[in-house]
Amino acid sequence: MSRRPLVREVPPTTWYFRQPRYMRYMSREITSIFVGAYCMFLVVGLQRLAAGPSAWEGFLQALTSPASIVFQFLALVAAVYHAATWFNATQKAMPVQIGEDFVPGNVISGAHYVAWAVLSVVILHLAGVF
Amino acid sequence: MAKSNKPVVWFPFAAGGTVIAFFIPVIVVLTLMAALGHVPAGLSYERMHAFATCGLGKLVIFGVVALSLWSSAHRLRCTCYDFGLRADTLAATVLYIAALAASLVVALALLKI
Amino acid sequence: MTQMKQRQVQLEVLRYNPDTDTEAHFQRYEVSCNEEGVVLDALNKVKETVDPTLNYRWSCHMAVCGSCGMMINGEPKLSCHTFLRDYEGVIRVEPLAHFPIERDLVTAPDDFMEKLKRVKPYLIPKKKKPISEGEYKQTPAQLMKFRQYSMCINCMLCYAACPEYGLTPKFIGPAALTLAHRYNIDSRDGGRKERQEVVATAEGVWDCTFVGACSEVCPAHVDPASALQQMKITSSIDWIVEHLIPGGKSARDTVSREDAGDIS
Repeated sequence: MSRRPLVREVPPTTWYFRQPRYMRYMSREITSIFVGAYCMFLVVGLQRLAAGPSAWEGFLQALTSPASIVFQFLALVAAVYHAATWFNATQKAMPVQIGEDFVPGNVISGAHYVAWAVLSVVILHLAGVF
Repeated sequence: MAKSNKPVVWFPFAAGGTVIAFFIPVIVVLTLMAALGHVPAGLSYERMHAFATCGLGKLVIFGVVALSLWSSAHRLRCTCYDFGLRADTLAATVLYIAALAASLVVALALLKI
Repeated sequence: MTQMKQRQVQLEVLRYNPDTDTEAHFQRYEVSCNEEGVVLDALNKVKETVDPTLNYRWSCHMAVCGSCGMMINGEPKLSCHTFLRDYEGVIRVEPLAHFPIERDLVTAPDDFMEKLKRVKPYLIPKKKKPISEGEYKQTPAQLMKFRQYSMCINCMLCYAACPEYGLTPKFIGPAALTLAHRYNIDSRDGGRKERQEVVATAEGVWDCTFVGACSEVCPAHVDPASALQQMKITSSIDWIVEHLIPGGKSARDTVSREDAGDIS
């Protein structure tokens, strides 16, 4: 009896609808669109800064348009989601073994969250928010 | 099968991913505050200009923006493949060049300040 | 013997007969099983009482042998470890995703077996020594470093879960690469450079995009996603040493070409 295995193709454009965990993965990956677009937006801002005080004021003014506000909200959600997934993943990429035992993963992630919070507060303070 | 040169693009991706996680959310908060009418004192022209004038400031700004751009470009490249776009070389070329070009714009702007 | 509580189970099983079919199709079965039973029990009941032509693999019935992996309601699972009481309504049973179907629920594991061989998943001692010189000793800490990765039972659930393997069948995949890592980080092993010739290629770790599904479905609590991320880091460090540090290439290149060549 000869073998005649049935090969099943994975649908290349719709495979991620099959399992919720694939959707979670894709949402993590899609954050790059918003973060990337926001970085382009920062590039424009820096270019305006280099162009002088009035150009910078114009940039700050342009920020206040409704479209810009909606976009920044989306970028904020994307960036925070990216940060959470990134910090949760560090325990996998860089486990720490002390003696026989590994430091629990949530301790490593937790340390990242604490560092993130401290850094954010410091930056907000330096920027004169409080 | 030869060893891959993927580390060239992956290492900056990993570094950029870390930079995005630590810095981009708070930066978005700052610009969002400005957008909502509460411009933080640090975002005034004088303070921003002063920050971008010192060497360390230039380095921080360039590092954060360039690495974040690269990281996003690399992840977007993988996402294109995941969405079924099989022209990986094309996607990689376009996205990496875009990230490098934008980084160059940042470098030139910083040198002007 | 006391009568155990019974449960009516409806199964929808994917059938494929290579001698007569060109496509697979679902077939409905209804059997009565013990309340405490698993999906494999239901399949056995079907085979014993309803349809003797149903094909599937199983052996140990205790989540050790790794032969009864199937898609159960779309999720890769060991059917001997999947309790009927956790399901309501019709349970859909399909062969492991991403592998060709040999017959019914039996898949062809040839691709995985070939890849497993390529990564040299065995100890390659740093220095061979005669038995008279004694064993290769290891501290408990050195053992713990790789222990979880040695728990793999080759059930291939991680391959069925990994979308990148489905999209890019050349990808060496989670279990094989994780076993390479298991030996790479073993203090007694000296084979990492040989394995890197497979691991650090485009179809090795670099096809992984860290979906993480492999680790979520592993019935042996191995964490392949972590192994692959760690290998990406070490492979990147290798690349820097080989390309950016003068003399680094020759230092890293001590692996004999003959050894590196027999991987295919």
